Amino acid sequence: MEASKLPGFLLRRGVKAVIVVLAIVVCNFLLVHAAPGDPASVIAGQSGAADAVFLEQLRRQFGLDQPLYVQLWIYLKSVLSLDLGFSHRQQAPVAQLVLERLPATLLLTGAAFAFALAAGVTLGALAAQRVGRWADSVITVIALTFYATPLFWVGLMLVLVFSVWLEWLPSFGMSSVGVEMHGLEVVWDVAQHLLLPALTLGLFYLAVYARLTRATMLEVADQDFVKTARAKGVPEGRILRAHVLRNALLPVITFAGIQAGQLLGGSILVETVFAWPGIGRLAFEALLARDYPVLLGVFFCTSVMVVLFNLLTDLLYAVIDPRVEVAG
Amino acid sequence: MSLLRVEGLTVALPPGGDRPHAVEDVSFHLDAGEILCVVGESGSGKSISANAVMGLLPKGLPVRQGSIAFEGRELLSLAPEAMRKLRGERLAMIFQEPMTALNPLMRVGDQIAEVLRVHGSGTDAARRVPELLAAVNLPDPAVIARSHPFRLSGGQRQRVMIAMALALEPALLIADEPTTALDVTTQMQILRLIREIQSRRGMGVLFITHDFGVVAEIADRVAVMQRGRIVEQGPAAEVLNRPQHSYTQALIAAVPHGAAQARAAITTAPVLELRGVEKTYRRGGFFGARAVVRAVHDADISLRQGETLGLVGESGSGKSTLARCVVRLVEPERGTIAYHGTDLRPLSRAGWKPYRRRIQMVFQDPYASLNPRRTVGDTIAEGPVTHGTPRAQALERARELLRLVQLDPGAMDRYPHEFSGGQRQRIGIARALAMEPELLIADEPVSALDVSVQAQVLALLAEIRARLGLTMLFITHDLRVAAQICDRVAVMQRGAIVEQGPTAEVFARPQHAYTRQLLDSIPGRGWTPPEL
Repeated sequence: MEASKLPGFLLRRGVKAVIVVLAIVVCNFLLVHAAPGDPASVIAGQSGAADAVFLEQLRRQFGLDQPLYVQLWIYLKSVLSLDLGFSHRQQAPVAQLVLERLPATLLLTGAAFAFALAAGVTLGALAAQRVGRWADSVITVIALTFYATPLFWVGLMLVLVFSVWLEWLPSFGMSSVGVEMHGLEVVWDVAQHLLLPALTLGLFYLAVYARLTRATMLEVADQDFVKTARAKGVPEGRILRAHVLRNALLPVITFAGIQAGQLLGGSILVETVFAWPGIGRLAFEALLARDYPVLLGVFFCTSVMVVLFNLLTDLLYAVIDPRVEVAG
Repeated sequence: MSLLRVEGLTVALPPGGDRPHAVEDVSFHLDAGEILCVVGESGSGKSISANAVMGLLPKGLPVRQGSIAFEGRELLSLAPEAMRKLRGERLAMIFQEPMTALNPLMRVGDQIAEVLRVHGSGTDAARRVPELLAAVNLPDPAVIARSHPFRLSGGQRQRVMIAMALALEPALLIADEPTTALDVTTQMQILRLIREIQSRRGMGVLFITHDFGVVAEIADRVAVMQRGRIVEQGPAAEVLNRPQHSYTQALIAAVPHGAAQARAAITTAPVLELRGVEKTYRRGGFFGARAVVRAVHDADISLRQGETLGLVGESGSGKSTLARCVVRLVEPERGTIAYHGTDLRPLSRAGWKPYRRRIQMVFQDPYASLNPRRTVGDTIAEGPVTHGTPRAQALERARELLRLVQLDPGAMDRYPHEFSGGQRQRIGIARALAMEPELLIADEPVSALDVSVQAQVLALLAEIRARLGLTMLFITHDLRVAAQICDRVAVMQRGAIVEQGPTAEVFARPQHAYTRQLLDSIPGRGWTPPEL
C-alpha cells in the first residue's frame, strides 16, 4: 500500500465504523428491551418496598414510562455525547464503571491472544514441517482436544491442578488481597494471577490457529514459487521461513483479526470462573441484576473494540500483502 | 565429454497409476552450447525427466535406475546439500506458469538477489540485479526490481524468471514449457531471448515443450517422448522433416499447419450482427480511485448462416468479453446484438429465454466447465429439461449426442473426473448441442488440449458443423487453429477489431500492422510440416 492513500482510507473506514457502531447500539437497545423483566420491580424488590405507587415513581424517574422510541432517541443522543448513562444499582456513571474494568479485560484478552497466536502458529508450522510423522499427530491431537473441550472446564481443571494440588498459582482475582506491594512485586503478582485465565482463554484459540497454520502451510508448500525457490538452491530452512510461512500467515491474520473481537466475548466465561475484575464479569453481574445501562455500556464498549480490531487487521494486511489495495 | 548425460533413467510412479513408471529407460545427452528440445504430450514424462536432473522430484516419484552425469559428476548419488549448492549455481530452471512461479509477497529484485545470496555472492546483489534485469531486456530495471510480481505482465515475469536463472551464469538451463502460458508475440520474444543468451554464453539448454512450432523455432536436437519413453531422437531438421517413429509422425500430422485454404464465400442471410457494442469495466468509484478499461469497442461483426467466424487476438484483447456479450454472460452498455434481426440487448430475462437454446457456448477449460457432482447424462440433459423437454426424452437424446461426439453412451452415468481433457471437451460440446442450437460460440475450445486431441476435437467440430449446418463464432489465440477451421477471421486488439476478412486473404495479405505482427510470431513459421 502506498502511504499517501492512508489518511483517505482511515477517514472512509472511520465513517463506516461509526455507522456500524450506531447500528449495533440500536440493536442492543432493542434486544435488551425485548427481554422479559422490569428493572423497576427489581430495584423495588431489592429495596424492600414494592407498592404500586413506588413502582410508578421509579418508572417515571428512569424514563421507563416513555414510549420505546423516545427512550431509544434519548439513549442514542447520550451515547453520541459519550454519556453511557448512570447505574442506579452501583450509584456510579456507566462510563466510569466500564473504564475501570476495561484495562483488566484488555490485559487478559491481550495476553491470551498473543499466547494463542504465537504458540498456535509455531505449533502449526512444526506440524506442517513434519506432516504425517508422530510430531504432527501429537500436535494435531492436542489441538483437537483443546478445540473440543469447553472453556470453563479447562479453567476448572487448571485451577484444580495448579492451585489446589500443586499450590503454584492463585486461583482467582487479579492481585493478592491485603498485601502491601511495590513496583515489580505488583507486576509479578498480577502476572501470577494472569497466567491461568490467559491460558484458559488462549488454549481454544491456539488450537484454531495451529490447525489453520498447518493447513495453509501445506497448501503454500505445494505452490510453484516454492519450487522456484528450491530450483534456486535456497536452503530448506529459509524456504520455510521466507517463502512458505510468510504466505501462509495471510489467512491466519485475517482469521485472527475476526477472532480478536470474539475473544472479548469469550472472556465473560473466563472472567467469571477466575473472578477476574474485567468488563465480562461486569456484564454478567449487570445481567443478573437487570442493570440495563451497564449492560448496554459494556455492549457498546465491546462493539467499539471489535470494529477497531477489524480496522487494525485490514491495515496490517495491506502492509503485509502488497496486492491488497486498501479500499473503503 | 557431454555437459549432461542421462543414461537409462527410470522413475517409478506411485502404485495404482496407469503405468508402473513415469519415465522408463530414458537416455539422452546435451552438449554445451546446444538446445535439446524434449517434445511430448501431457503425461509423457518430459517434465519428470527435467525435474530428475534438477533433483526436484516429489517424494512419491523415486528414481529406480539409471544415471545422470553433469560435468562428469554423478548427480543421483550426490548428498542433498551438495545438490542444493549446484541448483541455481550450475543448474538453473524456469517454469511454465510465470504468474505463480514468483513469490507474491517478495519484491522481484529481492527474489533475484536471493539466488546470489544463498550461493555466497550476496555482496554483488545491488549491482548485479539491475544488470540482470537489463540483460533480459526489461525496461527501467531499477523500478522493476522494486516491484512486486503482481505489477508485472506474464511476459515480464517470465523475463524476471530468466534473469533469476541466469544470475550465476549456470552451465545448464532447463526450461519447462516456458512460453506455453504466454501470448504468441510474447512467446516469440522470449524464444528469441533464450536463443540469444544461450548462444552468447554457450549454455546448454534442455527445453521442454509440447509444440512442434516452438521446436522448429529453437531446437538443435529433438527427443520425442511417449508414455515415459523416448521414441525418437535426432537433429531437429531430421526429426521435423523426416520423422521415423509412427508416434512422431502422428504428432506432426496433428500440428495445425497454419496455411489457410481459400474457401467459397458464404452469401447466406446473416444470423448474428453486432453493431456498436461497447463494454467498459470500471473499478472503484464512490470514494476510491477509478480505473476504466474499455474491454470492447469498435467491434462490429456479422455472421452468416453456416459460416465460421474466427475471433483471434491475444489475452486481454476483449475477444471473450465480446463473445460473452452475445450470450449475455456480460451485459454491454451500448450497441445492438441483432439475432435474425431482433435486438437481444434490451430484452428482459424472460424475453431472452427462447433465444438461450438457439445460442449455445463451449468453454475453454474442460476441467472447470463441468459440474463435478453431476453425471455426464444429467449434465447434457439439464438444458433441455429446464426448457420443458420430458426427462426420459432428454436422456435418450443425450445418449445419441454422446454417440455423435464419439463417446460411448455408457458414459451417461459416470462423472466428469473419470474422463480425459479431450473427452470432457466432447461432453461440453454434446451439452451445447443438446439444445439444438443454431449458433455455437466456442471460446478457446481446444487451447487446453494436447495437439493430437486438439486435432480430433477440431475435426469433430468441423464434422458436426457440416452435418447440422451450424453457424459458429470461434474464439482462439492460436492463428494456426483459426487458419484450419474458419471461413473468415476478425483480429482483435485492445477491445477493437483491427482487421477482418476471408481467412486465406488475411493470412496472405495482412493489412494491419498488428495482424502482421501476430502472423510473424507464429512459432515455426519457416517450417512446413512434411506430408505424411
